[in-house]
Amino acid sequence: MNLPYYPGCTLKSNAKNFEESALKIMETLGYPLQEMKNWVCCGTVFSMTSDDLMLQLGAVRNLLRAEEQNLNELIILCSMCYNTLKRAKQFITEDEENLNKVNDLMYKENIRYKGTVDIHHLLSILRDRVTFDAIKEKVKKPLASLKIGGYYGCFLVRPKKFAIDDFEDPSIIEDLLTSLGADSIEFPYRLECCGAYQTVTKKDVTAKRTYEIINSARRAGCEAIVTSCPLCAFNLDQGQKETAKEFVEFEQMPVYYFTELMSIALGCGWDKNWTKLHYVNPEPLLKEKSLI
Amino acid sequence: MAYKITRKNMKNDITEKVEEISGQNVFDCYQCGNCSSGCPVVDYMDIAPHQVIRLAQLGATEEILNCETIWICSACLQCSTRCPKGIDVAKVMEAFRAINLRKRIAPLNPDEIDEKDLKELPPIALVGAFRKLTG
Repeated sequence: MNLPYYPGCTLKSNAKNFEESALKIMETLGYPLQEMKNWVCCGTVFSMTSDDLMLQLGAVRNLLRAEEQNLNELIILCSMCYNTLKRAKQFITEDEENLNKVNDLMYKENIRYKGTVDIHHLLSILRDRVTFDAIKEKVKKPLASLKIGGYYGCFLVRPKKFAIDDFEDPSIIEDLLTSLGADSIEFPYRLECCGAYQTVTKKDVTAKRTYEIINSARRAGCEAIVTSCPLCAFNLDQGQKETAKEFVEFEQMPVYYFTELMSIALGCGWDKNWTKLHYVNPEPLLKEKSLI
Repeated sequence: MAYKITRKNMKNDITEKVEEISGQNVFDCYQCGNCSSGCPVVDYMDIAPHQVIRLAQLGATEEILNCETIWICSACLQCSTRCPKGIDVAKVMEAFRAINLRKRIAPLNPDEIDEKDLKELPPIALVGAFRKLTG
């Protein structure tokens, strides 16, 4: 059976490599993803103001669309969409007054939002439904000797309630990388914010975050890092351009989506078009390890 | 800046609004500093997160509304998950941002983003910034 998924805006533009690789690997694993219809932007960041329900409408409308399409769950690839949808659902449905108000705001919709759609991140699906053992069996090209750090960032593990693993000491990405045959390395800054949207107004902040996070990974022995968030990927990969300007001794490091490496390991290969979406050339390291 | 602490200004309209928007009681804070020590962007802030909470307790809301800190905070929730008193510090920051933004006091004017950035930045960065930094 196909798993319904919500892509989000950036997976259709700057992070096409994330979407394409995720579709490939899920097909190969026997859990093909099917894009839901009529989705809109989730709002990117969850609004933490308790008195302004308008700011929840982007997220809630997607969940309403899913209910309209009789979907009982949605698989999310982007960490920020996952977090925003999950928190919006909880905030709106835990309080009947909020639920009623939001439905009144959406009075032109054909049905009323009830809150019946479960929201899962792709990583949890890989762990809980596909299972890492099954993935291990399907590995055709082990990522042997590739030293990789899993970068979680904020929204896979915070707030605690929606953490897909332990919120201070998760291992889900490391366990996945291990099942792919990689040498997975825990590095100290793996849960630290990349500076997120500050990249629009305060590039010095994100440049320093990138400097600290990449250097932390390098000191721990990583040759590359993986992420599941297109904003982290932008700041940590494209952001290295700005970082190199501010810190002369800075050395580049390739940043991958976890699904790109899964695609190689599961025998779906590397798509040349993905290379263009990276700033730090992702190919030399993969060639050095004879993976592509 | 000299600031006179009185009963009247310790609990003012703004502190009440912050409590309403955030649902947090800033008086729970005993100033352990855990939020500031874990904050990944504290070195870019003019007032550290625990100091923001202290100023809020004292009713010095003007200082908070005019500081850089509330805009540097990117709501990564490190402070909120670690607070031993269970204060959602990020929600308090969001409340101060919201009070400014509702008066159209905002650090980002979309018209001023340069052409090159608009082409390069992913939607996830732009929408995030618009939602958090524009009124």
